[in-house]
Amino acid sequence: MVNFSKNIKSVIKNLLTRKARSFLTILGIVIGVAGVIIIISIGAGAQALVLGQITKLGTNLIGVLPGKSNETGPPAAVFGIQIKTLIDNDVDAIGDKNRVPHATDVIAIVRGTTTLVTGDESVDTSFTATLGNYPQIGNVTMDRGTFFTVEEGKSGANVMVLGYDVAEQLFPNGGELGAIVKMQSSSNTFGSIPFRIIGVQQKLGTVAFQNQDDQVFIPLIIGQKQILGIDYVQGIRIKVDSSDNVKSTISDVEQVLREQHRITNKDNDDFSVRDLADAIKILTSITDGLRMFLGLMAGISLIVGGIGIMNIMLVTVSERTREIGLRKALGATSHQIRNQFLIEAVVLTGIGGILGIIAGIIVSYFIALGARYAGYDWAFVISPIAIILAIFVSSMTGIVFGLFPAMKASKLNPIDALRYE
Amino acid sequence: MLIQLKNITKEYDNSSAAVTKVLRGISLDVEEGEFLAIMGPSGSGKSTLMHIIGFLDRSTAGTYLFDGENIEEFTDDELARIRNERIGFVFQSFNLLARTSVLDNVILPLTYSKMKDHVALATKALEAVGLSNRLNFLSNQISGGQKQRVAIARALVCNPKVIFADEPTGNLDSKSGTTVMSILGRLNDEGRTIILVTHDRTVAEHAHRIITIRDGSIVSDEKNANPKKSEMIEEES
Repeated sequence: MVNFSKNIKSVIKNLLTRKARSFLTILGIVIGVAGVIIIISIGAGAQALVLGQITKLGTNLIGVLPGKSNETGPPAAVFGIQIKTLIDNDVDAIGDKNRVPHATDVIAIVRGTTTLVTGDESVDTSFTATLGNYPQIGNVTMDRGTFFTVEEGKSGANVMVLGYDVAEQLFPNGGELGAIVKMQSSSNTFGSIPFRIIGVQQKLGTVAFQNQDDQVFIPLIIGQKQILGIDYVQGIRIKVDSSDNVKSTISDVEQVLREQHRITNKDNDDFSVRDLADAIKILTSITDGLRMFLGLMAGISLIVGGIGIMNIMLVTVSERTREIGLRKALGATSHQIRNQFLIEAVVLTGIGGILGIIAGIIVSYFIALGARYAGYDWAFVISPIAIILAIFVSSMTGIVFGLFPAMKASKLNPIDALRYE
Repeated sequence: MLIQLKNITKEYDNSSAAVTKVLRGISLDVEEGEFLAIMGPSGSGKSTLMHIIGFLDRSTAGTYLFDGENIEEFTDDELARIRNERIGFVFQSFNLLARTSVLDNVILPLTYSKMKDHVALATKALEAVGLSNRLNFLSNQISGGQKQRVAIARALVCNPKVIFADEPTGNLDSKSGTTVMSILGRLNDEGRTIILVTHDRTVAEHAHRIITIRDGSIVSDEKNANPKKSEMIEEES
């Protein structure tokens, strides 16, 4: 052990006499390790952010999307494919207290993008057409004015609630309540539809990578019939009275929809019902996969760094052939020579690993800082597993890529090595 | 008897059919405490012989007994231990570690030994060659003569029985060469066996016994009844 620490000391002394080269040699390892740390940190931060925002909405929520999906994958509607199997009648049926007893609120949603015009101002934004009880389920707090009522939502009054940013853009000088805004219709029959503004939302920031302030709300039926010209809904959300009843309500909803759609075999379902726990599970599996993939990419750069180390160690061995010969002449065994070069490679990669961890933590910290500055509730997460992994992989790189040059050095015949020019 | 060589041959099998015979049956006995010079023109095989006696190379055939032990049966690791503990080398081109202090250069063989108190031993060895005022100089900050004295200190530090010197004055001016020879002479006076390889008659005359090699064979083996004594010349600095 005494010998070992002495070895390391002399190796470090050795490396310090070649500072610039040693640094360039380990740069690959530094970047690789930093990359792994940063990617794992960003992944964890983003995951925590998204999950946190989802759970903030409450966990006793159920979502219904059109189209079938298997147990773990996301439904087709997630990928933007329009499936028309969910209709207004389904929403009413789910809302029937006799059929789905634990549902307290049921809303339907259609979404689209549109252009709003008032006077000289116009703005491109997205709209959500929904029912009046949306605020019970969705993430809505009013800054001023009111959300539309259940009656207004049902009867299809031409009223609109603005997101904070939309209000700022359309009415830079305020005075939007009661004003009339025209919304472009994508079904050409109606041209532009006028709406009266009845409320403005509070500033919400960005949730799940969507700016919640860059959207407007209009009653469901108006969105369907007058703006989009469709007669189906894109999604249904159900609030359950308590989280204990979520699972039973899911099967109630499935039962109702099968009756509505005259489906006898559950394999033929043309809808999918999920609670938030399922959604979190799916999201976690997707982000986990993504993190693994990106981590692997960074891992490949570690291998490239390792090859750099091997290259430099081979150069070092041939440069120091005479020194190896001398050391052998002075009594070093092949074993000791091999260890010397192996330790040198491992110390190099070890230092690279430590520098990489420091760099990775610093960069991750600044990314978290930047994300917070941009308004995200971003947690700065450094997982100890990432650090252990980085140290392990970088020293393994040193051993694996250092072994070949070290063996080459140890096998040199002392007198041949001494005579080497 | 310290060293007994019987019929040592060394052949190099260079791929082109011809086998080069460097040593052709060398037999040689060296007693403990001798000061032996091996002379010969370049290409005579004198260096090869010294490398074999000094455990840096193995012979092709023949037997070599060192202190009564048959070297041919030793493993590479055992040879490394003998090189470390029982012999010391001084080379023509010094072979000091670059950008490394004088002290660390002398400590180097100790790091491969089981001995303790490295700094004290190395300091003592450097005192013996008159360099105790250069301990922390880097190896490239001292003169050639001083470098060779550091090399002698390094050969000395593990307290070996035999010191091998391969053209130790070959790269030195005559003044430094004289100093080096006087140190080797003193080490012999203290009882150490010195085996010196040189092509320079005046250097060889420091030895008590001179053998001459030509074309891989010993052609003469003479006692030097009146070995030259060099006085240590103090270098200014």
